[in-house]
Amino acid sequence: MGKCTFKGGVHPFDGKEFSKDKPIKELFPEGDMVYPLSQHIGAPAVPVVSKGDYVLAGQLIAEAGGFVSANIHSSVSGTVKAIEPRTLATGGKCNSIVIENDGKYKEVEYEPKTLSELSREEIRERIKAAGVVGMGGAGFPTNVKLTPKNPEEIDYIIVNGAECEPYLTSDYRRMIEEPDKVVMGLKVALALFDHAKGIIGIEDNKPEAIRIMQEKVANEPDIEVKVLKTKYPQGGERCLIYATTGRSINSSMLPADAGCIVHNVDTVFSIYMAVIEGKPLTKRIVTVTGDGVKEPGNFYVWLGMNYRQLIDAAGGLAGTPEKFISGGPMMGFSMYSLDVPVVKGSASLLVMQKDIVSRVSASACIRCGRCGEGCPSHLLPAKLAGFASRGDEAGFTKFDGMECVECGSCSYICPAKRPLTQQIKAMRRTIMANRKKK
Amino acid sequence: MSELFNVSANPHVRSKDTTQTIMRDVLIALTPASIFGIYNFGVDALIRIIVGIAACVACEALYEYFMHRKITVSDLSAAVTGLLIALNIPSTLNVGFEIVGCVFAIIIVKQLFGGLGQNFMNPALAARCFLLIAFTGPMTNFVTDTFSGATPLAVLKPGAEPGEATSLLTLFIGNHAGVIGETSVVCLLIGAVYLLVRRVISLRIPAAYILTFAVLIFLLAPGHQFDAMYMLKEICGGGLILGAFFMATDYVTSPITPNGKIIFGVILGFLTFLFRMYGGSAEGVSYAIIFSNILVPLIEKVTVPKSFGKKKPAKEAK
Repeated sequence: MGKCTFKGGVHPFDGKEFSKDKPIKELFPEGDMVYPLSQHIGAPAVPVVSKGDYVLAGQLIAEAGGFVSANIHSSVSGTVKAIEPRTLATGGKCNSIVIENDGKYKEVEYEPKTLSELSREEIRERIKAAGVVGMGGAGFPTNVKLTPKNPEEIDYIIVNGAECEPYLTSDYRRMIEEPDKVVMGLKVALALFDHAKGIIGIEDNKPEAIRIMQEKVANEPDIEVKVLKTKYPQGGERCLIYATTGRSINSSMLPADAGCIVHNVDTVFSIYMAVIEGKPLTKRIVTVTGDGVKEPGNFYVWLGMNYRQLIDAAGGLAGTPEKFISGGPMMGFSMYSLDVPVVKGSASLLVMQKDIVSRVSASACIRCGRCGEGCPSHLLPAKLAGFASRGDEAGFTKFDGMECVECGSCSYICPAKRPLTQQIKAMRRTIMANRKKK
Repeated sequence: MSELFNVSANPHVRSKDTTQTIMRDVLIALTPASIFGIYNFGVDALIRIIVGIAACVACEALYEYFMHRKITVSDLSAAVTGLLIALNIPSTLNVGFEIVGCVFAIIIVKQLFGGLGQNFMNPALAARCFLLIAFTGPMTNFVTDTFSGATPLAVLKPGAEPGEATSLLTLFIGNHAGVIGETSVVCLLIGAVYLLVRRVISLRIPAAYILTFAVLIFLLAPGHQFDAMYMLKEICGGGLILGAFFMATDYVTSPITPNGKIIFGVILGFLTFLFRMYGGSAEGVSYAIIFSNILVPLIEKVTVPKSFGKKKPAKEAK
């Protein structure tokens, strides 16, 4: 069988060596825990506790503020200290519930169930109640994703094990250490549809994960492991759907329009935890890595924990690193402060000794066309950036600028070091804002 | 801790390739042909190469200095232009004329249109064409101590006076008359393979170019239809290999779109065939490339790639 792939893409330094062989270590939180009310796409959650309340670990502290929204639970036991704006890893501020951790980890009682005793409605309800959202970064509420308009048209549920972002190894460790729960989570999701098949897509630079997952699904006729070519952004939703099923979608379509639903590995794991063990989403794996920390590793982290504690867990800083990135180097957010909490979408903390971007300066475009060759959406980034710099919205849309997925491949590959992604991203924001105004 | 860390938009990493490394690769790729040129035409060729590079770099630096622009000679693009000019002139050309060509290439063709990335013609070829028109005699004088008389291509020209035919092997190795850098097919191909392996160029333009040219010659060459040997000699003779791999592939003056590159190559093949078979000179590559350079914006306009997942409007209606 050939390796599945898509046209375009780039090959950045993968950096997975730092942490790929480090087993997941559980990390107990210290100090105040911060739970932002927006850890997902959609309406912010609405607090159901107030200052001074005592909460248990696993207790609901904010409930979904609309259809596209998600519940938030406390990960520790303690007292609600405040509900106030706090800085997030993305740089903005968001109203957050602050809980003083009493260090006792007193938990609410969970209600485990088996798959066979649950109806489809109950499964969706349990996923919703647990506040499960997409954990690859976007944070789309999972129960909404699993409730498409035409459920009978869903042919595939794809588990995204590509982990194409350099440095990240959290999905890899999850697949190696808890493959049964990942497979079970996928089976739970499949149980929601009549004839959907499961696909687990893994890049070929993770042979160990491929081997283990193949073993685990050997007796599952409805689940298949597909080997993907190692290339960024193989794990991008559109690229992954195309690579594994040959179907293609554009910006105006949802994966469900192509009969697909895509979930991140950790999301599938959380579905298992929510539905079978009855536990809400209060923990996740975070890879703390890069040449800026002494002992890179993978940690099982309580949501709400401060990023500083992640640095301590990874042996502290090595020297004076210049850059701190939440997420991977291609699409992550650089942070100006470490006083931010771990949220549902925080896959990694990457600490880099050198801030490469501040050391390069843009020179003239030599029209080499590499940006176009690397673009997974088959656009001409150099041209789009030109339209963006001239503020030409009509030209930008005509050349399908709105199809950009902001993966960063063009900026990465540009020999003239032009900030193409940045220019295109800014223009997309402007156009989207203008559309909203109308 | 009130310290603030560096922030920037994603991505936070960059590839190692820069404009400078790309230009450096082109210089490396041209080295075998340059060395052969020096071997073939002696110290005269070496002088032309040094003068060409020095003059182009100096022109660019001086222009940018007096225009209060950032000096960009370290990107090596001016050096590439200088080397290409030297490889495109006979070793007998007056050095003064060569410098005129360099000034024309860098100041008029490149800088006056906005510098690197903005010129719509290949500067080195524009200079060659300029010199050909201005100094036709000296530019077509290929008589040296070792070689006398016409280039192999001139002998192949339909209707030309019969001359001493050059063997295909000689054409391939390159020990015959011509401009400094065009004679050795084998040395040029070594450089071309290097550029392909380093992914500096793709095969789209050169393959489309040479194939189109070969097919047209094979089918339509006046007096030599279906003459495979004639076709191979036409491919190996003159500036076709140098032009196809090193000048038609110039990023700035070729289409940015993948399909555009193929169309560009086909047009080049057609024009080269036309100019060589029916034109006034035995050569046609330079004019074909210069002419096609002007068509690039049009070619790009009609070859914008379809964006991923784009559906035909009919399908979108649900």
